[in-house]
Amino acid sequence: MTFELETAKEPEKLKRVVIEPVSRVEGHGKVTILLDDEDRVHQVRLHIVEFRGFERFIQGRPYWEVPVMVQRLCGICPVSHHLVAAKAMDVIVGAKQLTPTAEKLRRLMHYGQMLQSHALHFFHLASPDLLFGFDSDIAKRNIVAVVEAYPEIAKQGVLLRKFGQEVIRLTAGKRVHGTGAIPGGMNKNLSREEREILLKDIYHMVAWSRDAVHLAKKLYTDDMERNTQFGYFRSNMLGLIRADGALDLYHGGLRARTETGETIFDHVDYSHYSDYINEEVKSWSYMKFPFIISKGTQDGWYKVGPLARINNCDFIDTPLAETERRDFVAYGHGFPIHSPLAYHWARMIEMLHAAETIKDLLHDDDVSGNDLMVKGEKALEGVGVLEAPRGTLFHHYRIDENDQVTMANLIVSTTSNNHAMNEAVRQVAKQYLDGHTVTEPLLNHIEVAIRAFDPCLSCATHAVGKMPLMVEILDAEGRALDRVYKDGAGEVGCAV
Amino acid sequence: MSDNTITIDGQAVPFAPGQTIMEAAMAAGVYIPHLCHNPEFTPHGSCKLCTVTVNGRNAASCTMPAAPGMVVQNDTEELNANRRALTQMLFVEGNHVCPFCEKSGNCQLQAMGYFLGMMDPHYDQFYPPRDVDASHPDILLDLNRCILCELCVRASRDVDGKNVFGVTGRGPHTRITVNSASGRLGDTDMAVTDRAADVCPVGAILKKRHGFEVPIGQRTYDHKTIKDVHMEEAGK
Ligand code: SF4
Ligand code: FES
Repeated sequence: MTFELETAKEPEKLKRVVIEPVSRVEGHGKVTILLDDEDRVHQVRLHIVEFRGFERFIQGRPYWEVPVMVQRLCGICPVSHHLVAAKAMDVIVGAKQLTPTAEKLRRLMHYGQMLQSHALHFFHLASPDLLFGFDSDIAKRNIVAVVEAYPEIAKQGVLLRKFGQEVIRLTAGKRVHGTGAIPGGMNKNLSREEREILLKDIYHMVAWSRDAVHLAKKLYTDDMERNTQFGYFRSNMLGLIRADGALDLYHGGLRARTETGETIFDHVDYSHYSDYINEEVKSWSYMKFPFIISKGTQDGWYKVGPLARINNCDFIDTPLAETERRDFVAYGHGFPIHSPLAYHWARMIEMLHAAETIKDLLHDDDVSGNDLMVKGEKALEGVGVLEAPRGTLFHHYRIDENDQVTMANLIVSTTSNNHAMNEAVRQVAKQYLDGHTVTEPLLNHIEVAIRAFDPCLSCATHAVGKMPLMVEILDAEGRALDRVYKDGAGEVGCAV
Repeated sequence: MSDNTITIDGQAVPFAPGQTIMEAAMAAGVYIPHLCHNPEFTPHGSCKLCTVTVNGRNAASCTMPAAPGMVVQNDTEELNANRRALTQMLFVEGNHVCPFCEKSGNCQLQAMGYFLGMMDPHYDQFYPPRDVDASHPDILLDLNRCILCELCVRASRDVDGKNVFGVTGRGPHTRITVNSASGRLGDTDMAVTDRAADVCPVGAILKKRHGFEVPIGQRTYDHKTIKDVHMEEAGK
């Protein structure tokens, strides 16, 4: 299926603009734009090179190795892969219901991950754009400048992230690439001393997370008109939901709603995900395009992540985050909010929920229990799903009689958001492409749109505004008419 | 000085007749780094990590019998540099991916790397194609991590009396084989309670379905060096 601006009628007659982040790690993306002689936009595509080698690499490995191994997939949220693979392997070892201790420890690890990833995403990567403006001097649009101009905000961002990492360390054994979750449960509990360490700081974390929601809201509502319009599109939304309709980032059934908030399906057992979701392959992209089967490829694409989740849930079971959710939802006047930049606001509401949940779990004696493991009858297939910081994450494995993995299928959040990000980039190109000269503001705006969904693609290893990008305008024969690059130091130059 | 004494790095070390330099040293509380040596089994002398200088010439201390008056250098910069290089070679010759290996923290090769101050593999990785044999219901054989110490061969033959493992090939093609018609471990009479199932210093022979059960912080080498552990085992 094709969408407006996805495929031009006579591409050979058009000029081509290529925007390519020359990044080395994580997702690697490239934007191409086709223009006619009047500089009208005819086609915009975001191509994401997805790392799929893993699914082959894991074949033949013993299943219990998978939750540790999959953490190599993502530098920002390894814990999400760790936990979701462990959930799939719970099914394989026949652990139908984890012990309360194991389940709560898993949740603690997951919410620690949510806290650190959301803090990184908002404070380190997005806040410079939002605080200084998308068009501000690149040299000033970074976390260092935030530290200078808003020292208190920057400090809180750093400490929130550190706290989340500390929760991960104490539950998984290490800040990165730990081993806490194993098929059927956890390999350690949280001692009383470890709880005390975290309890000392958690109240600050809750308070600062609340401040962060207010900051995100202010930055959004200060320029309401621009921010609601920026990269605007409407779509279906997908995510996990608890049986009672509460936001639940660790476990639940699948809920999909339309752009106006009507139910497509609800409380679906995710082990049957493939009856509800399929992935379309398009010739021009390495990354697949998932869609809701009942709505078809044309109408069935959806978005995931904080905005989809906050729109989709009926309530949040922690009081401060619930208050903020109501405030947020009110801005939709009865309809879901779809503006990409609202992702940041929704993200901070989730961060507050994560902080509150961590606080409650730290007070729960179950997390210091010793009943860590259950096992039952072995199965040869397992599906795990959870809500990773960037959205719904699916892991599906099959093993043979010898315990070796024979099949792995992963749908990562970035893939679920593939179409949505394409749509956002199309809107931004329409709104901000000014003639066929590639301007720095256009680069920045595209970067800002992608970053609303996904920090990896905008490359977390590069400071904001320093994402190496290459943009080319090619004529119909592929000759470069104009080329602008931005190197890793944020310097902009002309190569033709 | 009595007859049955050698010196190691200037320290007098007594030995009983028939003892190797390694045995004498460990009994006296002098650590000589080693991987293929295990006091329970006949010496093998394949990893060469235990190489010391004896009266000016290099020799494997785990196989060299102690003799009166031997002058041995052990803990020298040069010998330790050689040991580090040997360890690096062992790493690149196999497929050792510590971050997701279930033996991590309990692995002697990894612990030796840390002990010798190995900061990187230094040499180019071989990435050899190696087999995983999961046919046994309770034991996994992952030759990606095998360092050919042949402890499994010795344990199965000398302790279990089963001769499950053998060695085949030469040079870089040397590999452990399984003595069954199919060549698969599932077709042998090996049991998970065998000594051979428990002897591998790395993660090549593993008990199935127990990976990562011991949390980080409680694994053998999380707070101890391989020297500490070996000396404790020697009762020192
Ligand atoms: S399998 Fe283990 S015990 Fe056997 S030779 Fe290889 S490393 Fe040594
Ligand atoms: S320990 Fe002596 S050669 Fe291996």
